[in-house]
Amino acid sequence: MDIFGIPIQAFLGQLLLGLVNGSFYAMLSLGLAVIFGLLGIVNFAHGALYMIGAYVAYLGLETFGINYWFALVLAPLVVGALGVVVERTLLKRLYKLDPLYGLLLTFGLALIAEGIFRDQFGVSGQQYPVPEALQGATNLGFMVLPNYRGWVIIASLAVCLATWFLIERTRLGAYLRAGTENPALVQSFGVNVPLMVMLTYAAGAGLAALAGVLAAPVIQITPLMGSNLIIIVFAVVVIGGMGSILGSILTGLALGLVEGLTKVFYPEASNIVVFVIMAIVLMFRPAGLFGKEK
Amino acid sequence: MKLKKIVLACSLAAAGTFAAVAPAQAQISGDVIRIGFITDMSGLYSDIDGPGGAEVIKMAIADLGGTVAGKKVEVLVADHQNKADVAAAKAREWFDQQGMDLLIGGTNSGTSLAMAKVAAEKKKPFIAVGAATSALTNDQCTPYTVHWAYDTVALAKGTGNAVVKAGGKSWFFLTADYAFGASLQNDTASVVKAAGGNVVGSVKHPLSASDFSSFLLQAQSSKAQILGLANAGGDTINAIKAANEFGITKTMKLAGLLVFINDIHSLGLKTTQGMYLTDSWYWNQSPETRNWSRKFFEKFKRMPSSLQAADYSAAFNYLTAVKAVNTDDADKVLAQMKKTKVNDVFAKNGWIRDDGTMVHDMYLMQVKSPDQSKEPWDYYNVVETIKGEAAWTAKSETKCPLWK
Repeated sequence: MDIFGIPIQAFLGQLLLGLVNGSFYAMLSLGLAVIFGLLGIVNFAHGALYMIGAYVAYLGLETFGINYWFALVLAPLVVGALGVVVERTLLKRLYKLDPLYGLLLTFGLALIAEGIFRDQFGVSGQQYPVPEALQGATNLGFMVLPNYRGWVIIASLAVCLATWFLIERTRLGAYLRAGTENPALVQSFGVNVPLMVMLTYAAGAGLAALAGVLAAPVIQITPLMGSNLIIIVFAVVVIGGMGSILGSILTGLALGLVEGLTKVFYPEASNIVVFVIMAIVLMFRPAGLFGKEK
Repeated sequence: MKLKKIVLACSLAAAGTFAAVAPAQAQISGDVIRIGFITDMSGLYSDIDGPGGAEVIKMAIADLGGTVAGKKVEVLVADHQNKADVAAAKAREWFDQQGMDLLIGGTNSGTSLAMAKVAAEKKKPFIAVGAATSALTNDQCTPYTVHWAYDTVALAKGTGNAVVKAGGKSWFFLTADYAFGASLQNDTASVVKAAGGNVVGSVKHPLSASDFSSFLLQAQSSKAQILGLANAGGDTINAIKAANEFGITKTMKLAGLLVFINDIHSLGLKTTQGMYLTDSWYWNQSPETRNWSRKFFEKFKRMPSSLQAADYSAAFNYLTAVKAVNTDDADKVLAQMKKTKVNDVFAKNGWIRDDGTMVHDMYLMQVKSPDQSKEPWDYYNVVETIKGEAAWTAKSETKCPLWK
């Protein structure tokens, strides 16, 4: 059986690969959406945080022998702590200003971080081995799926759902959302809003780092890995609706699938298809697919 | 026009006075020999050339005693950021304002094609080292361009022939979607066909693609024996990594068409063993190359790439020619270079052809398995030396008017 001249097996294979990429998009855009939704900061440093997460895993393994599973916990903590420093010393001075200032600051930080890592490690890229438990591949009948890629889908979906649940369905999440609507009022109820905001940025940074560790065994770790991805992730957030948690998760996965299919039918367009969709969405729904008009 | 004439007259007068005062002195413009080096100093290709390339040019000057024809030699270095316009503007500025005598062009074909035009306009020598495109010595050749290390034709002839000879008859190409990728694919495809192989398909991927798995599955379903990687740097590395992960390497053999030793180092021997590749130089070829490379290693903690050895060679041979003719006059130095054989750590019995190609041996290598490798960076077995002319564009194929 064929679908548009493509054997169904190849078709299913491409869909599954699209889902793997979509998982990365979802996880990165989720962090961006959380930070934008709750802080109003357009965090251009997100790609750099993702890159630093991967390097923390790499350096942990090379210098201290810290294994992959521990790195999954350690890297988000380290990068989250870095996020705390950035938020306390720099970002918090910008909350009252135009979002453009936050964008410029975080973009500058990203360039500095890339420059430092390039100076230290060069651009050739480092390798991170796939953890032993996830080595090998499973034959699904229509394609051979490396076990590690399967794990990426499961892990990132779990993280995405947990984050969504935390923000949309728990008391803490309700505080967070209220704090962004009216900080003064929430503060007067005895909630420490600045602390909450700081931890939110740290959590967003931690999510980026987690994605970095997940990506480390699949691609080569280079100082430029973040900037190669960040523009697409921004497009995902814009399509999903700036600040919409669920929107960014669903859009991330969906765009991964669309991109995967484009690679079959017209590979040359695979790196622009996301932006074409973005343009179309903005034309008809300027607030994004899941965003609320303000 | 009038102003130009006055300036010309004044400079002639000045030159005349100068010549009259010091007739026995070397004819070195500005009393200093300036070598400009414009390359990717910070991006994607900076490890294979970049700061290492700048350093070896300084090593070449030091090895000649720091002065040539009694004059100081200076090196100017700039980062073109892989942008052709930046490269051309810098070259123009240095020719006009710094009195640059030789321009050495680093990685990236687009930037070198742009710089070659500027150098030809200024009638100054341009030695392209890092750029791969064969257009520099073919339809875009100039009397002032010399292509020193390698080009896409040489890469294609080396790897393409060897792989077909070893039984790899049917090919599928994974190609970077820009000028360099297309030219590498075309050059290789014609070599494969001439050797009796066939091309069953190809897929183009965007530059710096984030994921190759989907392209690789398409390659696999083509049932070709050989997957030709017509890309470079990070794209080649990620493609090879994914090919291993998805088990593509069990049914297809990979042929990297432009692979540098830094890429092999980055990937590791376990992933790359058995792969064929063509390069112009390998650090572990002879006692001479080893000694030279260890000096480089002390500074950079990695072995030099072929491009870095070629940077050294280009600067060394240029300066030797300046010394021989006792002037930095572009035409005289180039004439001297063209009649002298290149014999140094990079090439043996190399010579510069009328189209600007520095003709020298190329090497077909096979990547060692981890247990064959005796030390870090000991990665290749040289399986075939492609002798002189056989490696390069043939006279019957050229469109260069200077070589007819």
